[in-house]
Amino acid sequence: MAQAALAPAASSPDPMARDMVTADGVPLKTSLKRAERRRKITAFLLVAPLLAFILITFIIPIGQMMWRSVDNPVIVAVLPQTMETLSDWNGEDLPGEETYAALVADLATAQENRSVGQLAIRLNYELSGARSLVAGLARGADELEAPFREAVIDDNRRWGEMQIWTILKREGRPYTTAHYVSAIDMQYNAEGELVRQPSTQRVYVQLFLRTLALSVAITCTTLLLGYPIAFLLASLPMRTSNLLMIFVLLPFWTSLLVRTTAWIVLLQQQGVINELLVWSGIISNSGRLPMIHNAVGTIIAMTHVLLPFMVLPLYSVMKGISPSYMRAARSLGANNWTAFWKVYVPLTVPGIGAGAILVFIISIGYYITPALVGGQSGQMISNLIAFHMQNSLNWGLAAALGTILLTGVLILYWVYNRIVGIDNVKLG
Amino acid sequence: MALPTYAGPLERTWYYAFRIFCGLIFFFLMAPILVIIPLSFNVQPYFTYTREMLTLDPAGYSLRWYNAFWNSAAWMTAIRNSLIIGVFATLIATVLGTLAALGLSRREMPFRGLIMGLLISPMIVPLIISAAGMFFFYSRVGLAGTLPGVIMAHAALGTPFVIITVTATLVGFDHSLTRAAASLGASPATAFRKITMPLILPGVISGALFAFITSFDEIVIVLFLAGVEQRTIPREMWSGIREQISPTILAVATVLVLFSIALLTTIELLRRRSERMRGMTPH
Repeated sequence: MAQAALAPAASSPDPMARDMVTADGVPLKTSLKRAERRRKITAFLLVAPLLAFILITFIIPIGQMMWRSVDNPVIVAVLPQTMETLSDWNGEDLPGEETYAALVADLATAQENRSVGQLAIRLNYELSGARSLVAGLARGADELEAPFREAVIDDNRRWGEMQIWTILKREGRPYTTAHYVSAIDMQYNAEGELVRQPSTQRVYVQLFLRTLALSVAITCTTLLLGYPIAFLLASLPMRTSNLLMIFVLLPFWTSLLVRTTAWIVLLQQQGVINELLVWSGIISNSGRLPMIHNAVGTIIAMTHVLLPFMVLPLYSVMKGISPSYMRAARSLGANNWTAFWKVYVPLTVPGIGAGAILVFIISIGYYITPALVGGQSGQMISNLIAFHMQNSLNWGLAAALGTILLTGVLILYWVYNRIVGIDNVKLG
Repeated sequence: MALPTYAGPLERTWYYAFRIFCGLIFFFLMAPILVIIPLSFNVQPYFTYTREMLTLDPAGYSLRWYNAFWNSAAWMTAIRNSLIIGVFATLIATVLGTLAALGLSRREMPFRGLIMGLLISPMIVPLIISAAGMFFFYSRVGLAGTLPGVIMAHAALGTPFVIITVTATLVGFDHSLTRAAASLGASPATAFRKITMPLILPGVISGALFAFITSFDEIVIVLFLAGVEQRTIPREMWSGIREQISPTILAVATVLVLFSIALLTTIELLRRRSERMRGMTPH
C-alpha cells in the first residue's frame, strides 16, 4: 500500500480506477494486483515448509494405507503366465491344458525365487486351505510332466474344482475389492456370488455397530455429566469457577495411561470399589461386580477421559448466554423449569452439538482405553485394525477397515466444521 | 447463581440436589487421579488399600516403588527417550507451526480452507489409522524403529495444536503495529522479532506445551513405530499394565500427575498473561 502512492492525476474527482497511476506510472490496478500477488506468495511461503512436512510425514502415509486396501499385486506378479491364459477363459468349465501348464511353470519359477509363500497367504484369505494347495503343488512343480492337467489334479484334486480357478480369475487383477468384501462380512461362494459370511464368522459389521453403540453411549454419558457442571461453572462467579475448572482441566492434562491405570485400580475384581462394597456389606465377597474387561469398563473409563472435551465447548457457549434471557422468561410468567427448557437449553444447542460431535469423533477411533480395560465385549473397531496390523498381518484388511473408519470420521468432521468451524476449536 | 432469599422449599431442594450432583461429577473426575497417589506408597505389591494403610500405620507405607522406579534401567531409558522425542518433536512442530499460522492468518492466503484442513488433519484422523499409515510408509523408507521416525511422527501430531493456539493469538493481532514498525525503518525480520514475536509468544508457548504433552503422552504411534530402543514412558506403562502389573507404574503415575499439575499451571499463567497483553479483561 505504501508503494502505491497516488500520482497527482489520480486526485481528480474521476472515480474510474483505470485512470489512476502510481508514482512510477504503472496503472494502479496493475500495481495493486502485483502487490497482492506478492503478498499471496509470501503468505504461501510461510505455510509451505509445514505443508511439505505434513504431506510427507502424514498425508502420503495415510494415502498409501488407503491405497493398500485395494492394492493387489501378488497374484499378478507371481502367476503372470497363468493369468494370461486365464484372460480368455469362459469361467464355466475347467480351464484347458495350456492354463495348467502355465500354472506349473509359474509355480516352478515362484518356488525358485521364494515368492510362493506370499501367493499362498494371499490366496488363503480367499479360500481356506489354499495355502497348502499352492505350497504343495509348488514344491513338486519342476518334476511334473505333461499332460499337466492330469498331473496337477493328481497332486491335489481341488485343482480340478472350479472354485480355485474362479478365485484366480477374479483376484488376478492389480486391484481388488476383496478386502472390503471381507470388511463387511461378505464372501464369494463356490459359484463366485457375493453372499454373507456364515453367522459364526461375521465379525466386522457387528463390531462396527458395537463401536457406534459404545460411542453413542459415551457421548450420552459425557453430555449427561458434562452439561450440569458446565452450567454450574458458567453461572458461578469467576473466582469460584476458575477454581472448579481445575477439576476439569487436571484430568484433561493427566496422562491417558495414568487415568486408565487408575480405572483399573478402581474397577477390578480386587479393586477399590469392589473392596469398598464388600466391606460395607452391600455385595457379598462372591458377588463382586465385573466392572472391567467388558463394555462397562470401556464406557466408564472413556467417559472420564472424554468428559473435558464435552465440558469445554459447552462452557464456552454457556458463558456467552446473558442471564437476562432467563430473567425475561421468568418475568413473562415461565416457571424455572420452563425458562430453562424453553429458553436456556435451545441457546446451548451449538455447544451440545460441538461437544457431542467432538466426543463422538474421538471415541469412534479410540484404541488404548478399550484395549486395556475393554476385555472382549468392550473392543472397538480400532482394536481389530491393530490386531490385523500386528498379529494376523492381514494388512489389506486392516487398511480396508481403517479406510471405512476414516471415511466415517471425515464425514462427521465435515459436519462438525459446518456447525462449529475448525477455527473455533478451543484448547484448555 | 446464589439462591435468592425468597426461594421456596421446592426450589431449595432442587438447588441443593443440583449442587450435590455436580459435586459427585467433580468427584468422578478427580477420584481416579487421587486414588492412585496413596496406593503408590503401598508397602505390599497390591493395587488395593491394605488394613495398615487404612489405619494410617506407617508400616503400611513405603517408598519401595519409587526406589524400584528410580533404579530401573528400563524406566530411566524410557524417561530419556520420552524427553528426547518430546523436545525435538516440539521444536519442529513449534517452528513450522508458528510460521504456518503466520501465513494462514494473512488475508491473502490462497486456498486457506483446504490447506488448513490438511494441516489440522493429524488431529482429526484417529490415531490407529495414522499409526497404521505411518507404519507402512516409515518401514519402507527405513524410518520405523528409529528415533527420527518417532520424532517426525510426533511432530506431525503436534503441529495442529501450535497452529490453533498461534492462530487464536493472531486473531486479535493489530497488523498496523508491524506497519508502524516498517514505517519507522524496521526490516521485516526486526519487526517480527521486536513486535510480532513478543505479542504472539504466549500462544507459541502454549502451543509448544500442547505439542510436547501430545508427544509425551502418545502411545499408539510408539506401539507401531518404535522399536525396543525407543520405548517411552507411556510404552513402559502399557507393558506394565498388560504384562507384569506392579505398583511401580503407580509411582510413575504419581510423578506424571505432579508433572501435569506443573504444566497446567504454566498454561493457565500464560493464558492470563496473553489476555492482559491483548488488553482484555481476564474473565
